[in-house]
Amino acid sequence: MINVSGLSKRYGTHLAVKDVNFNIEKGEVIGFLGPNGAGKSTIMNILTGYLSMTQGKVEIDGFDIVEFPEQAKRRIGYLPEIPPLYTDMKVREYLNFIYDLKKVKFPKKPHIDEVLRLVGIDNVANRLIKNLSKGYRQRVGFAQALIGNPDVLILDEPTVGLDPKQIIEIRNLIGRLGKNHTIILSSHILSEIQAVCKRVIIINRGEIIADDTAENLAHRLSDNKTLLARIVCNEEDMLATLKTVKGVKSVTSLGQMESGSYDFVIEPMDGNDIRADIFDRVVSRGKKLLALNDNRLSLEQVFLRLTDMDTKEAKELLGSETVAETNTEEEEEV
Amino acid sequence: MTAIFKREFKAYFTTPVGYIVLAAFYFFLGLYFYIVYSAGSPQIPVINIQMSTVATFLMPIITMRLMSEDRRQKIDQALITAPVKLSSIVFGKFFAAFAVYALCFAPTVIFEIIVASKVSVNVLSYLYSLLGMLLLGGALIAIGMFISCLTESPAISAILTLVINILVLYMSNFASMISVPEGSETFFGKIWEKIVSAFVVFIEKAGFIAAVSDFADSVFSVSDVVYFVSIIAVFVFLSVRSLEKRRWS
Repeated sequence: MINVSGLSKRYGTHLAVKDVNFNIEKGEVIGFLGPNGAGKSTIMNILTGYLSMTQGKVEIDGFDIVEFPEQAKRRIGYLPEIPPLYTDMKVREYLNFIYDLKKVKFPKKPHIDEVLRLVGIDNVANRLIKNLSKGYRQRVGFAQALIGNPDVLILDEPTVGLDPKQIIEIRNLIGRLGKNHTIILSSHILSEIQAVCKRVIIINRGEIIADDTAENLAHRLSDNKTLLARIVCNEEDMLATLKTVKGVKSVTSLGQMESGSYDFVIEPMDGNDIRADIFDRVVSRGKKLLALNDNRLSLEQVFLRLTDMDTKEAKELLGSETVAETNTEEEEEV
Repeated sequence: MTAIFKREFKAYFTTPVGYIVLAAFYFFLGLYFYIVYSAGSPQIPVINIQMSTVATFLMPIITMRLMSEDRRQKIDQALITAPVKLSSIVFGKFFAAFAVYALCFAPTVIFEIIVASKVSVNVLSYLYSLLGMLLLGGALIAIGMFISCLTESPAISAILTLVINILVLYMSNFASMISVPEGSETFFGKIWEKIVSAFVVFIEKAGFIAAVSDFADSVFSVSDVVYFVSIIAVFVFLSVRSLEKRRWS
């Protein structure tokens, strides 16, 4: 559905996007993740034809965005970072304008009513946009992208500035739309990406440093499987005790996370499952084990680790096969 | 194009801009008509042409937001990523501003009827003057729109447009201020004389006032029509190019 190859963008002497390649299949929901200024918005602006690339090629459903801009743009709904709204218009009036602008073929009133309902702004349809709150404006921006029911939705930080309830609503909406749309979503809210996107593309300093599923990324980056234990005990005694358990390589204390108990990170020797032994030992000392978890990296930790390194290091850590692997997976699907 | 036209035209009247421009124009038009009418039988074509000064001062208000506001509020992202050609965006905005300007001259129809009820008038002459003013307005709007493309600030756009409008309108008056050197002996001196005198002729003829005045004499001046239409074409083209260029920078 979306084909990007060798994409670069230069602003003067600053190379904002460096040789970016990816393919997105129909119906995929992709998360663009990256710190501020990583080039997410620039890539999205190029995909939608707002900016042009310095080098490379973008195809939407087989139509080159430079050579056949009208066909390509007809297939895209774009919600930019700042929703593009004429604040002196009423919501319905504005959506009518967008409908006319996009030369949509569906019957006008039912289509706009449907979009209003879908994003939950039918109750403010006759209010001036400038009188709406940030959350509602964001949703009007969302509605604008949905007019004409385009196959591809490109959403640049769709939940920024919303309250938690609205974030959940928008997230649910994206989840529902993901069933029959191809969606690219950018965010620096990691839980959001984790919640709605299967595949994550991490961008740092204009380059793709990872392109994989969220689980795989976390898995690749986790070192030996460490365990996290929360125990009601005396810190130093327990540290000594845990070290004597068979199969334990090292133990570090994280200190008091919850009052009255201490947290320990326990690293086992390769391949040993030591959970039962730890439980027995703690109980035999008359202490109480409150929790024992896999200390898997969350996407947040993955993200922080990757974007802290420079690109080369990150690629090495992930193994250069990351990108290649996902490509072959896609070919198999086709 | 019609979507942009409708939205922009409506926007002039959902904000006070359209009303202010029309009210100011009607005030001067009415005042002028009243003075001339009470003095004797007025020539509406002459009144029309005389309004070019008022039009010049009001024009920046019509064109200042045309492009700059979209860019400032980031609405251009919706327009440019919509499946429409850049030229239809530009034309839509141009015609919206032009329609507001054309409305400015609506009362002159009534004036013409009032005068016609008293003395015999040459309707063709009235229509020529109207055509002249519409062409002049079109050219000023095209220039203002292009300037509005260049900046994000409506204020800068307005001031720049005003300065340039005054310059192109009264260019002819500056012609007499330039003294053409004469009687040079050297080869380069003679060439310099030619250049300067050609320049004087150019600004004398190219000034908008000079060009539009011809329409007051009930002559259909083809060269002036071509002149204004080409000014409009050039600046509409430049506006499209400047939108295009922004994507590449």
